[in-house]
Amino acid sequence: MAILGRACLIIALGLAVYGAAASIYGARARKPAWVESGRRAVYAMSGVVTIAFAILIAAFIRSDFSFGVVVDHSSTTTPLFYRATAAWSSQEGSLLLWVFLLSAWSSLILFVLARKGKLREIAPYATAVLCGLGGFFLFCSIFLANPFTTLANPPLEGAGLNPLLRYPSMMIHPPALYSGYTLFTVPFAFAIGALITGRLDASWITSTRRFALAAWFFLGLGILLGARWSYSELGWGGYWAWDPVENASLMPWLVGTAFLHSAMIQEKRGMLKVWNVSLVLAAGVLAVLGTFLVRSGILDSIHAFGASTLGVPFILLIATMAAASIGLVIWRRPSLRSEHRLDSLFSRESIFLLNNLVLVGLCFVVFWGTFFPLISEAVTGDKASVGPPWFDRYTVPLALILVLLSGIGPVIAWRRATVSKLARYLAIPLAVGVAVPLVLLGLGVSYHLEALLMFGIGAFALTVVAQEFVRGAGARRAMTGDPPPAALLALVRRNRRRYGGYVVHAGMAVLFIGVAASSTFHHQRDVRLSPGQTTKVGGYDVRYQKATFNVADDHRNTGALISLGAVLDVSKGGKHVATLNPSRGYYPDLSQGPVSRFYQGESTSEVGLQAGLRRDLWTAVEPDTSRIDRLAAEADRKFPDASPRLSLFIAGTLAAGYARNPPPATFRVIDSPLVTWIWLGGLIVVAGALIALWPVGLRARRTAPVGYGARVARELGRA
Amino acid sequence: MDFLLVLVVLAVVAVVVAWPLYRVARPTPGAGERSEVEALEAARDAKLREIRDSELDYRTGKLSEEDWRTIDAQLRAEAADILRQLDRVKGPEE
Repeated sequence: MAILGRACLIIALGLAVYGAAASIYGARARKPAWVESGRRAVYAMSGVVTIAFAILIAAFIRSDFSFGVVVDHSSTTTPLFYRATAAWSSQEGSLLLWVFLLSAWSSLILFVLARKGKLREIAPYATAVLCGLGGFFLFCSIFLANPFTTLANPPLEGAGLNPLLRYPSMMIHPPALYSGYTLFTVPFAFAIGALITGRLDASWITSTRRFALAAWFFLGLGILLGARWSYSELGWGGYWAWDPVENASLMPWLVGTAFLHSAMIQEKRGMLKVWNVSLVLAAGVLAVLGTFLVRSGILDSIHAFGASTLGVPFILLIATMAAASIGLVIWRRPSLRSEHRLDSLFSRESIFLLNNLVLVGLCFVVFWGTFFPLISEAVTGDKASVGPPWFDRYTVPLALILVLLSGIGPVIAWRRATVSKLARYLAIPLAVGVAVPLVLLGLGVSYHLEALLMFGIGAFALTVVAQEFVRGAGARRAMTGDPPPAALLALVRRNRRRYGGYVVHAGMAVLFIGVAASSTFHHQRDVRLSPGQTTKVGGYDVRYQKATFNVADDHRNTGALISLGAVLDVSKGGKHVATLNPSRGYYPDLSQGPVSRFYQGESTSEVGLQAGLRRDLWTAVEPDTSRIDRLAAEADRKFPDASPRLSLFIAGTLAAGYARNPPPATFRVIDSPLVTWIWLGGLIVVAGALIALWPVGLRARRTAPVGYGARVARELGRA
Repeated sequence: MDFLLVLVVLAVVAVVVAWPLYRVARPTPGAGERSEVEALEAARDAKLREIRDSELDYRTGKLSEEDWRTIDAQLRAEAADILRQLDRVKGPEE
């Protein structure tokens, strides 16, 4: 099947080249048949890449060790779920995943537009851009990281999947992230098409808006899942480290957020055309840059999944995309003039503009901090990097302003607002926003200005959103006489974009409150304890009760044959609060001796976590295995030809000995408030995005325009 | 077997891609005219949405009645103008 896989990649590359050429020729020669043929080349590319991708996944599931990539990233002991998803843990598989998703989304947008007969002038050029991007990734797949490279002498066993990646959400995280990246290339391609053809009205934005929103949604989901994985699996206790790979996904998301807001101004007022097209182009370039950072290993990262030969081709692609984008915008500047001016600085448009500046400012800070090691190396010769305190210094004030604006935006009217109306509207949210920090201070929360400000501003934004729903439903009730739940439902159904957006604002406020609380008020202790000893963290007494072990009891189904752990008793003021069971799972390394292989392979932390709405108690343990290592090495010498069963028995006996007479173990214990709010906020954001993304029903689509059309026609008749 | 499958894939791809080149083309409206219609339809939909948004702003108390009536009249005039242009390019809707 490897031959078919390789052939599919080559055919797909041919289709990408043909699709680009046929589309451009058809558009320039005004031959629709060639344009359609180019579009069909994208469909065919998607089909052929799907076959290649399916062959690769099947090879992983079947543990076909004739594929080099399967040997390097899977094994027969890797559980089925992880074997099925291990493909994208490899450089080769992740490039194929990228082109698989890109060709699928490209086919979808081209199919939808062709069926509706929209953007016929722009679409051929967009097709060429999408084919160009697909062609680039296929070129890399074929010549630089071919997933279908086979081995002349296949081994009997593979290296296995990196244990850190054996976490359910980590298997969904890459497809979500890559969906976000590849979806951002769709509006990018249509922006290029709009610039080439000079069709710079809002129609390309309207037609691709849903794709930009979907890109934002998937990228956000990927970021959230990554943060959750970091918190639950990496064993350091945090959810965000300002790591280059994390930052790589955050940058296009920030720019995409700015675009989703400013696009509304272009749709409504024909303004900000240069800004919007620049944001879309920047999001597209940053999406490819994000992929580059993950796969190239150019910057040191805890997510070092790639260190490869992809650097130069990627840099060339990114430079080409950036140069073409800048050149086209400069060329089309005269056509990108605004059709209107701001009616008033006191309007929703102005707030959106401010919000855009803050978001782009945040993106610039993240960009600068991420690439600072490369910049400093270029300037001084030393590769210096900046850490979380540097990022916090700039991002915290900007985040405060952003949440504040997310509260003001919904209450201020389009075009022009009045101070008296706004003051009346903001009275209750402002009162809540001021009261919350004061009450918290009164309750004994220690004074931390930035955190208290975030609590106040977050409460303000949440009150605004709640008030919006109440007032909107009230207005609907006044018009239709519906009961409150029906009025609320009808309000959201008829104004999905607006109210979906408000739900997103509420989710972000909850998330930021969680971030502010957990990063400011957390207590952490790294301590070495023997059974019976106690340490104090925050207001809690944490007692190491006893050591534990597990042999061949892989209850989390990750492939760890042995785990060593601890039972921790947590109490407050003498009252039992929780029992935590952190452990460390050990994955066999078959290149080691028959017994020591069970301890000398990779190991990962299984966190002991008591999560709650008010606080999380988080623990990780690092058992001292020096005695086990010594005894295992001795057993290797005594039983060099031990059968797998005997080896496991001896390794298990050593684990039991560890639990009976445990040496001191090192613990990290964290008491962190409101971490759960981060995940809850994220879920609310996801719900809001789904509301905004949900397609408008046919009935609503037909009746609303006809109704408005009739009213406008009556107005026309009177004029 | 693999080579046979490759040939099948190649044959299917060739048919899918080449089909439009051998089909009798249907006449379609000129590209410029189509784009103008699309631009006007996008502008019409955005204007109708804006009328709805400003009404919601008024009904939820964000706009005074006086401001809303001014803005509403202006938006309706702009929408009517767009409809007039659409009729001119596309022909009146039934």
